[in-house]
Amino acid sequence: MSAVLAVQAASIRFGGVQALQEASLRVEPGEFVGLIGPNGAGKTTLLRVITGILRPDTGHVLLRGADVTHQSTAARVRQGLALTHQIVRPFRSMTVLDNVVLAAGYHRTSGPLHALFNVSRGSETERAMAILGKVGLGGSERKLADALPLGQLKRLELARALALEPSVLLLDEPLAGLNHTEALQQADTIAAVNAESTTVILVEHNLEQVMRVCRRIAVLNAGAIVSDGAPAQVMADPIVREAYVGDGVVAHADA
Amino acid sequence: MSAYEISLLSVVGINVILAVSLNLISGFCGQISLGHGAFYGAGAYAAALTAVATHNLVLALVAGAVVGSLLGIIVGFASLRVRSDFLAVTTIGVNFLFTGFVRKQSWLGGEMGISSIPPSGLGATGNMVLILACALITIALSLYINKSWMGFTFRAVGEDEDAAATLAVNVASYKLAAFGIGTALAGLAGGLYAYFTQFITADAFDFVVSVMLLAMVVIGGIGSTWGVAVAAVVLTLLPEAIRFLNDYRLLVFGGLLVLMIRLAPGGMAGLFKQLVWRSAKP
Repeated sequence: MSAVLAVQAASIRFGGVQALQEASLRVEPGEFVGLIGPNGAGKTTLLRVITGILRPDTGHVLLRGADVTHQSTAARVRQGLALTHQIVRPFRSMTVLDNVVLAAGYHRTSGPLHALFNVSRGSETERAMAILGKVGLGGSERKLADALPLGQLKRLELARALALEPSVLLLDEPLAGLNHTEALQQADTIAAVNAESTTVILVEHNLEQVMRVCRRIAVLNAGAIVSDGAPAQVMADPIVREAYVGDGVVAHADA
Repeated sequence: MSAYEISLLSVVGINVILAVSLNLISGFCGQISLGHGAFYGAGAYAAALTAVATHNLVLALVAGAVVGSLLGIIVGFASLRVRSDFLAVTTIGVNFLFTGFVRKQSWLGGEMGISSIPPSGLGATGNMVLILACALITIALSLYINKSWMGFTFRAVGEDEDAAATLAVNVASYKLAAFGIGTALAGLAGGLYAYFTQFITADAFDFVVSVMLLAMVVIGGIGSTWGVAVAAVVLTLLPEAIRFLNDYRLLVFGGLLVLMIRLAPGGMAGLFKQLVWRSAKP
């Protein structure tokens, strides 16, 4: 099976900091990968390389076999990559529904001229309503996005990404800032999306939820993937414990 | 209708085209431009030169729109590099560059401008009708764009271009489209103005004009086609009604602009909406 997303030996350096050191990641269709790592491990940098906000100094990003290393974010999204931001970015002056309708109409907004000659929003509205229901925002369609609390904005962010009908969904801390119940619900929604054959890559600090829903975990440390496999196996990996806790403490714990 | 009324209505029509077209760029797409006078002027000069050379009204107006739009797309590229307040400053620079350049060019008449523009052949009333028709078409186009997916996408780009990009929007092409369409209409207004006065100088397209136009957009309600159109009419007639205001145009428009942004950022359209919303509530 060919990988739906592949990062090949991506390296990137900011001044004196080697943020990514030949990081490689291969994700097969339908997988549910949790990407974890301590603060400063390079998770956000890797995500930005995948989404095209940053270009790696060396290495490649492949989306469904095609090299997209030099393409813009919008171009990658058109090829089936969708992402949510860690800090929510709704269009606050628009209604919740319009936020999702705009995403659902991605084939109408492919170019300004094409967009100019398209007026109808019927089918997009229908699809957006269904997605809002799925993420648990049914009933809030007519509210201004500005009026929603953070927990619901996180769901809106997810709804917009789903409306793009992605083959790979990249989620940057979709549970951050949520209380326990909200996090549980949001994680379940994401698991349900994955069950419908969307590949999901989840970057998240909430290890409890990551362990619960992900079927594979990749650990990033110092800009490289140091462990990758089934959740239980990865969490038992001494390298991972070392990355999180630090050598001295691990030695002490083992003693 | 007296000659005075005809000329007043013509100026009103031209200002409506200018303000509504600026609203496409600054209101719909969020790209604040303080250089709309430059595109207006570029269109006027292009139309004047074409009119002198060909005596063809349609050709001259098309030339005005095309040249206005070309200059607009070039400046639009600047909007891809600089954002918000920096773009406003850049466009101010474009306006000063334009008037400074025109004043030094002998082929554009230099300080004396172009004074031999042939009549359109429609007469003063005919000109006025043509201008008002163009103003109505501009309003209709603006309303249509706002309803289309283009307007929808413009609003997203105007509010948060990074978020728009993650929703598969090619932000650059939309910004260029907004500049291209808005400045084509400004160029058309320039062509109409050239035929209306049959005499143009760089002064008619200076920075004060750009400030006045942005004041119309902000006071009318940034993003609201009808609000901006009404503001263009009122703010054109106001200095006529209160003559002494004419000498203090920059002060009055600038002052209104600041007051409006401070006290009612939604403009008259926003205040009107609030009023309707309040009265609709039980």
